[in-house]
Amino acid sequence: MPKPLGFEKPLGMRDILPDLLKKQRYIESELRKCIEQWGYEEIMTPTLEYYDTVGGASVTLDEKLFKLLDRQGKTVILRPDVTAPIARVVSSLLKGEPLPLRLYYHANVFRTQEKEAGRDAEFFQTGVEYIGEHDVSADAEMIALAVASLQAAGLSKFQIAVGHMDFLHGLLEETVTGEEEREELIRYLEEFNFVGFRQLVSELPITDKDRKRLHAISHLRGGEEKLDDAFALTTNGRARKAVENLKELLEALKAYRVMDHVIFDFNLVSNLDYYTGILFEGYAEDLGFPVCSGGRYDSLLAKFGRPAPATGFALKLDRLVQASSLQPQQTQERILVCFDADHREEGLHQAHSLRQQHRDAVVVTRLIPSAQMEQLTEIERQYDRVVRLFAKNETGADGGERA
Amino acid sequence: MIKGESLYLTMAMPKGRIFEEAADLLRKAELPLPPEFEESRKLIIDVPEANLRFILAKPADVPTYVEYGVADLGVVGKDVLVEEERDVYELLDLNISRCHMAVAGLPDWKPTHTPRVATKYPRLASRYFREQGHQVEVIKLNGSIELAPLIGLADRIVDIVSTGRTLKENGLVELEYIMPITSRLIANRASYRMKSAAIDHIYQRFTSVIDKEGEA
Repeated sequence: MPKPLGFEKPLGMRDILPDLLKKQRYIESELRKCIEQWGYEEIMTPTLEYYDTVGGASVTLDEKLFKLLDRQGKTVILRPDVTAPIARVVSSLLKGEPLPLRLYYHANVFRTQEKEAGRDAEFFQTGVEYIGEHDVSADAEMIALAVASLQAAGLSKFQIAVGHMDFLHGLLEETVTGEEEREELIRYLEEFNFVGFRQLVSELPITDKDRKRLHAISHLRGGEEKLDDAFALTTNGRARKAVENLKELLEALKAYRVMDHVIFDFNLVSNLDYYTGILFEGYAEDLGFPVCSGGRYDSLLAKFGRPAPATGFALKLDRLVQASSLQPQQTQERILVCFDADHREEGLHQAHSLRQQHRDAVVVTRLIPSAQMEQLTEIERQYDRVVRLFAKNETGADGGERA
Repeated sequence: MIKGESLYLTMAMPKGRIFEEAADLLRKAELPLPPEFEESRKLIIDVPEANLRFILAKPADVPTYVEYGVADLGVVGKDVLVEEERDVYELLDLNISRCHMAVAGLPDWKPTHTPRVATKYPRLASRYFREQGHQVEVIKLNGSIELAPLIGLADRIVDIVSTGRTLKENGLVELEYIMPITSRLIANRASYRMKSAAIDHIYQRFTSVIDKEGEA
């Protein structure tokens, strides 16, 4: 590797320039407003965490973690998500706080990327965690809040696919005896490999009836009618309970009036060891990657010593910025106070009073030496209002103002 | 079905070896393709009557177009899919362009102390040998892989074998069978949900003709 050029950054890192950042901050503030209205409180956790604690509990794959050594030789990681850190806080500093807790965060997270040099390794997430509520009402609140957040972020056409980990687990318990085969089948779905799933199903020593039932999963994607199809497909207690859970969810989502944005998809499985129930993923029109993902993770808190049910989701802010139609409105008045060396004190004083008077305005001061007077008109063009403080013979408009 | 869902789909097709069989299959599936589809040198072909747009890409790039969502669907060989490791849905085995991935070498090949393997599929090859518990040096080449053992760049190659003719003509023999390869229908993660009705329609068309030929 050659030595980096002076302006280079580590792979996957990027600068965000003012124009883009304005839009990002605007979307962030809209999200903040929306999420706070639902009663969530903001929390901040450190950028570095221990590999042994948060690293091990995180949903992110080990090889995707940025690892480094601290001065004691302990392995630390750049946080790959904020859910595990929040679980750590809830189990320690907030141990005395009664549950449920509603928390949200806005943070940059880090994942190593090996495929493309240009792919981001640092990105921004706004996420919420609802900790301590077992009932399906919490799952419904997550999905409804995800819909509200995506709307607040300026997305109109989007869809949230909802699945349930227990349905697949239950159906597999019922049809496939070998644990290894079951795990392999789930892995195929995690890797989006439906062909591999079907091929393995075709090869397994199971009855044709069971084979048909497993093949039928791929059609379990659509509206509420799919819940009945799923229920009819199995007699396994765990799987049926999952469907009943989703039916209760459906009723709640109807009450929230968000079903226009929701489909059910029993192929949606993710992170076998992490998600424990209802899970979901959101997609927007003309955007190839998911804009949000989340679900129930009832076993995470126990890893930090305070067992509690929990659910949550994260919005992928960089994707939202791409897909959002929101444009920050430039409503601030921009005022220029310019002066020559003799009027500096007066100019700075006037600028101060203007800032006091017009709390929303931008007031820029500028010393313009007489040699640069010809550039003045060009400079003035960038402002809504100009206050000029020059000796009379310079502009012929001492203390003049242009509206 | 999603309200106001777009019915228009973009499908990435691989240029070269597997293109013709894929085009045949599309016709069998009664997707109305223009007659000049195969001859055209255009990279984008619109078929408005079928609500389809085709983009013609290098096979190895098909999963990339689909992962980024500029194509909703794609037709691509399993070899490329394994090598590229893209986050795309692998929906259907189209059961065309059947061949297999194999290790090949000279007929008198014997294990060496410093085994070297030349291939267009470095990730796949390296994973295969790792899983076998062998350590080999994998050398990435972009074509004419058969050359490598002939001139001593590597002692073996990993490549796709369909008839075995290329190997034979270059005096090489197949040493190990790695995996079967066929073309697959793949879909973008978001399109699979956002355009589910349109994608299901294409999926059904394909399944009806694959079943006639008997899916393996």
